[in-house]
Amino acid sequence: MSPAIQIAGLSRSFGDVVAVDGIDLSVEPGELFSLLGPNGAGKTTTIKMLCCLLRPTSGTATIMGHDIREDPLAVKRMIAVSPQETAIAEFLNARENLSLMAGLHGIDKVRTRERSDELLEIVGLTDRADERVKKYSGGMKRRLSIAMALVSEPQVLFLDEPTIGLDPQSRRGMWEHIAGLKGDTTIVLTTHYLEEADALADRIAVIDEGTVIALGTPGELKAGLSEAAVTVVEVEHMTDEALACLREIYPVLRTIEGGVEIEADDVSVYAIGDCLRPFGIEIQSAYKRKATLDDVFLELTGKELRE
Amino acid sequence: MRYAELAKRNFKEVWRDPLSLALTIGLPVLMLVVLQALGGADEFFEATSLAPGIALFGFVMLMFSAAMTISRDRESALFSRLLTTPLRSSDFVAGYSVPYLPVAGIQAAVIFGIGVLFGLEVAGSILLVMLVLLLVAILFIALGMIIGALFTFKQVPFAYMVILLLAIFGGAWVDIEAIGGVFKTVGDLFPFAHALAAARDVMLDGAGLGDIAGDLYWVLGYTVVIVGLAVLAFRHRMLE
Repeated sequence: MSPAIQIAGLSRSFGDVVAVDGIDLSVEPGELFSLLGPNGAGKTTTIKMLCCLLRPTSGTATIMGHDIREDPLAVKRMIAVSPQETAIAEFLNARENLSLMAGLHGIDKVRTRERSDELLEIVGLTDRADERVKKYSGGMKRRLSIAMALVSEPQVLFLDEPTIGLDPQSRRGMWEHIAGLKGDTTIVLTTHYLEEADALADRIAVIDEGTVIALGTPGELKAGLSEAAVTVVEVEHMTDEALACLREIYPVLRTIEGGVEIEADDVSVYAIGDCLRPFGIEIQSAYKRKATLDDVFLELTGKELRE
Repeated sequence: MRYAELAKRNFKEVWRDPLSLALTIGLPVLMLVVLQALGGADEFFEATSLAPGIALFGFVMLMFSAAMTISRDRESALFSRLLTTPLRSSDFVAGYSVPYLPVAGIQAAVIFGIGVLFGLEVAGSILLVMLVLLLVAILFIALGMIIGALFTFKQVPFAYMVILLLAIFGGAWVDIEAIGGVFKTVGDLFPFAHALAAARDVMLDGAGLGDIAGDLYWVLGYTVVIVGLAVLAFRHRMLE
């Protein structure tokens, strides 16, 4: 089977700033593929090029065989997008907003009605479906905005940070729904929530500074980490000087509430103690835990995902 | 017919904003009534001479609301969302323009209806007058499309002022025939004086289609060009 999305050397610059720098990726039909990276990594710029909103500086991509440069209209017939920002028509009610998107994609009235009922239920807006969305709370608008991407039952669905601004309960509900689409719909999901990528994605591309720095299933990415996983060292209080000393021995390190986490194959509690003692800091506990995608990201980029 | 879905949404957007709708229809009517009262017996201030110019003024207001709607949409994420749907730039122009046509029709009907109360008479064919006005309405709405597609929400009022001044000094409300000279030469290059002349000729002198063809071509030519430019303006917005 030919891939649903084939990206080749895709790049985009804004003046001197290279936002996306030669990305090559291939997404299989029905796959849920996640672009994971910090803000400004180039995820949204990539999505915008794939949706024919931004012209690539070089390289190209095909969506279901249609080239984004050559035939944007054919691409747009295949896709739906949930943008990062809430994108709704304020003077319409929820049902009308859904009908608008369905109509623009040529879905017939009966199917639109069925899909709208189903989606309104999922996003918890059934009771207020006929009310103008102007009066909705921020969370309600956000939920409607995501539902608008789902109503046209696209072959390829782009979800740009879909659960940003959702309460935990709605987020769970949205995850369930997205997971249910897997297999039928090809989904590209950008996120900086690791739990989200971990829970939903078949494969993840870790993106930093416009390039793909790692690619694999969540399991593969975590398995690629050093055996020793992560050492958590808890102390009462940490000073900058002690931290600087630790960083010299263990460059991949992050501060957490009440201590530090160190990623290294061979961590010596004695060496840590030697760093802390001169500053009167005592180790309260030290233990190892399993690696998470957070750790993968830190090891790959030297940065934390959430700043 | 995808544009129809967009038009439906914009139609609701227009009709669910009663304040701006009231202004668009109410202001020209107010203008007609006030000018009528001020003018007394002067021929220029008779309803029959005033009505076409005031209808034109109403269309300029439509241009303004259309431009505002588009520039406001462009600043919201909804517009980028619309750009990811299979709409062509001509669909965008049609989808944003068509909802304003019934408003233009109502404006003209109300202005002429009230004009009749003040003694407005149409010597020629009222259908012909409406045809002229329809062309002008499309022209101004398309100008609104261009302004809305190219300028930001804050810049729209300035662009509006420029068009308004062009319309005024292009002969929409200034009698360039009477002033003559450079004024007339320049004014004749714009479509506004031609539109008004055509409408007045039909209303006052009972001119037929053949009599006003020359003026009508000017208006038609401008309308076609401006609609074409509006499509290009949207195409320019579609891919950055």
